[in-house]
Order: sequence, then structure tokens, then C-alpha cells
Amino acid sequence: MLSVRNLTLQYPNGKRALADFNLEVKPGELVVVLGGNGSGKTTLLRCITRTLAPTGGEVWLNGTELSHLTGDKLRIARMALALVSQHASLVRRRSVLSNVAAGSLGRHYNMWTAIGGLPSDELQAAYGYLDEVGLRDLARQRAGTLSGGQAQRVAIARALAQKPKAILADEPVASLDPEAAEDIMRLLRRLAEEENLAVLCVLHQVELAYSYAHRVVGIRDGRIEFDLPRADVSREAVKRLYISEAA
Amino acid sequence: MTDITARPPAAPVTEIAVPKHPLPQRAKGWLGWAIVAAVLVWSWGPSEMFRATALISDWRNMAEFGKAFLQPNFHDWDQYISDMVVTIQIAIWGTALAVAFGIPFSILCSSNVAPQWIVQPVRRLMDACRAINEIVFALLFVVAVGLGPFAGVMALFVHNLGVFAKLFSEAVEAVDPRPVEGIRVTGAIKVQEVVFGVIPQVMPLWSSFTLYRLETNVRSATTLGIVGAGGIGQTLYESIRSFHYADTAAQIIIVVVTVMLLDLVSARIRKALI
Repeated sequence: MLSVRNLTLQYPNGKRALADFNLEVKPGELVVVLGGNGSGKTTLLRCITRTLAPTGGEVWLNGTELSHLTGDKLRIARMALALVSQHASLVRRRSVLSNVAAGSLGRHYNMWTAIGGLPSDELQAAYGYLDEVGLRDLARQRAGTLSGGQAQRVAIARALAQKPKAILADEPVASLDPEAAEDIMRLLRRLAEEENLAVLCVLHQVELAYSYAHRVVGIRDGRIEFDLPRADVSREAVKRLYISEAA
Repeated sequence: MTDITARPPAAPVTEIAVPKHPLPQRAKGWLGWAIVAAVLVWSWGPSEMFRATALISDWRNMAEFGKAFLQPNFHDWDQYISDMVVTIQIAIWGTALAVAFGIPFSILCSSNVAPQWIVQPVRRLMDACRAINEIVFALLFVVAVGLGPFAGVMALFVHNLGVFAKLFSEAVEAVDPRPVEGIRVTGAIKVQEVVFGVIPQVMPLWSSFTLYRLETNVRSATTLGIVGAGGIGQTLYESIRSFHYADTAAQIIIVVVTVMLLDLVSARIRKALI
């Protein structure tokens, strides 16, 4: 279970990007975070992964508190959190298979991986993850030749290779066409349910949230406006999230 | 209703005066040219440019050179080719060692990978390697390890270590940071970030730089022979010193053809890599 308790990020100028943020994502659940630009969605993910240090509050993942860890302890704890970003962030000149297998690097620190090798069992496992996202046939292709949707699927396969407890997805469909976006959301939901993963996904596409989320969290100015099962989220409540942005 | 797409009738083109640059801006341009002219005048005397007329007054010397060069003597061609091969071999080893050591040094010179307290001293060390010409290093290594190709290899290695560290680190500093972050969030350690996230991105550029420097090093290795560091340069120097211009011409032709062939081959390989 991924749990965020009273998470706060206050900048030196006094502005609060996150204010007493509380959120829980259970295994098997896909939670979508909606909110306008600058509302704190990406900041929330960055505070969870600790690429930004929160000024207050706690982040718990399966019984481990992450927000006070540093150095190697933080790196090891972070391995249970996989991040899928808007740009798939693949190494374009490496094969799809080795990009996926790179998800296992956190478990292997030896001379072989230090010179660019990957363990054969991880390559075998990566092939399985590629099969899971429907791209087994592209295993030997260079990542730079993939379409946006395919690249995002490979990024998800790499996240799986990390063997995480939770997946954080930061606008994973922002640069995709509607069909590819649906594919990615369907895949994230399936992985949450079948792999029993806690999936927290930041989105701008309200319709996708209505179609695929188990729960929807609306945030504005770093505060939670609502946290409801998707069926209970009204159009008006969602509209209010974007009012300050439109004004 | 006002038609917002309607425009007032345009003035005839000849009536529109092209605005001139303001005087201070034009003065800056003139000042720039004046400085260039002053620098050229300042360098005229010490570099004995006034002797340029000797090219015409001593034309007979030039003609003698030219005549010999028109009749190259390829009698010992097999020896020249063999010397040229040694020169290429010197360049290959000099380049290979410089690349092997240049890669780690370039990573340590890259401000997006290493901390500043490492970057700055390593950069200064590499500047020193690069600032000193290969011939100077060759003279030092001839004293240290004796006459012959190995001194040439070492001279090329040390100078090119500085060159590769700079070229490679500039490529590293220009990488897309997103794939590196993609590797970092998997829990990878710093070495893995570099090996899996940075190096695959810079590999085509690094290969291209390596081939380009190999070409350059073949040319440099030719001159290194003059100070006793082996290869065709040594033979060339002996021919010039003993006034055997026909032999010199044959050796120069072999050097030129080799460099041209290398240039053609490496251009093709570079094109395939990028």
C-alpha cells in the first residue's frame, strides 16, 4: 500500500506547493489525480519518489517510511516505486529488450552491469514483460524506432522489470493520440488489477479518468478538493478544479 | 461592420527608406576591422612577412624543387609503403590508448555527471595535455624511451588524451537527461546511469570523433618521424636533408594518397554511424 500522510512542500518564498496532503492507494487500485496546471500533481509524484524533498509529512510504502531516508537506503527503498513519465525516457540507441531489462539494474551491482552487460535471466524476464505489454515482436528493435504509444508501453514494461509495489505515472498519455492513450490506460488498469500493484496516475484527460480510474483525486493549489470513487465524481466538481486556471 | 482584414493601401516599395544602423553600431563594426588590421601590422615584422618577395626573386630554387617533384622516384616504393604502414600503426595505437583513457577522464570532466570538485582539476589536467603539441611530447619521449615508433605512440597518446577528454565530455554534457533519469529511477547506481543512460547516447558522436582523430593522427605521426619517432616521417626527413627531392616527392605522394584513402573510408564509416 502507498500512503501519503500530511505531505507538505513549502518553498523558501513561503508558497505551498502541497499542503497537508493525505492519500492512500491500495494494491490493485488505479487512482487518477486530476488538477489544473501548477496545482501540484507532478510535485506530489516528485515528493513521493523523493526527487523533491518534502518539508513535512510522510510517505509510506509497504511499511517503510521513505521521506526521511537518504543515500543508499533511499535508493533501495525507491526500487519499489516505478516511475513512468510523459516522455517514455528510453535510451533510443539500445534495443527494446535491453531498455526493459534495465529496469532490473537496481538489483544488480557488479562488474558485468558496470560495463553495460545485463544478466541473462533478467533479459529472459524482460522478454516476458514485453509480452505482457504486447510488444514481444519488437524486442530486438532499437527503442528510437518506436511510436509514442509503443515507447510508453516499453516504459511500462521497464517499470514492471523493476518488480515494484507501486507505479507512479506522470501524464503518461500526454503526447499520445486518443487510441494510444486508451491503450495505455487500459494497460495500467489491467496491471493494477492482475499484478496487484498500487497505480497512481496524473492525468489531464478527464474522460480517461472517468473510464479507467477506480478512484479520482482532484487537487487545486496543492490541496485535495475531492477523493472519490469515479462513479461519485460529478462533472461540476471536476470543472471547479480548472476554474482558477481559466480565470 | 469593420472589415478587420482590410489594410490601408501599401506605399510603393521605392518610397520606403531602409533604416540604417545607428552610428555607434556602425562605429563598432569599423573598430573591429581596425583592430584586425592593427594585429596584422603588429605581426608583420617579427614574422618576417617582408621577405615574401623571396618567393619571386628566388624562383629558381622553387623551380628546382618543382622539377624534382614532377619526377618522383618510386624505386624504393616497398620501403616507403612499409614506413607508411608503421606510421598508420603508430596512429592506431596512439588513438586507441587515448580513447581508452579518454573515456573515463571525459566522464570526470562532465559537469552533468561528476561534481565540480572533480570536474575542475581534471579539466585543467586535460587542458595541459592538449596545450602541448605532439612534437614537443615526441621530443620528450624520444629522450625517455629512445628513438623509434613507441615514442611516437606515447606522444600521440598524451596529446590526444586531452583532445578526447574535451570532445567526449562536451558530447556527454549535451545528452538528453530524460533517459538518464529513466535509468536512475530504477534504483541504478551512478556507474550504471552512465553506462546505460549516457554512453549509448554519445556513442555515435564518440565514434565519429575517434575516426576523425585517427585521420588527424596519421598526419601528425608523419611529422613525428622528423624528431625521431619512427614511421615515414623519419625517411622523409632523411630524404629532404640529403637533397633527394625525387625520393621526397614519392614519399609525399604516398602520404597524400594514404590520407585521402583514410578520409574516404572514415567518412563512410562516420556516415553509417550517425
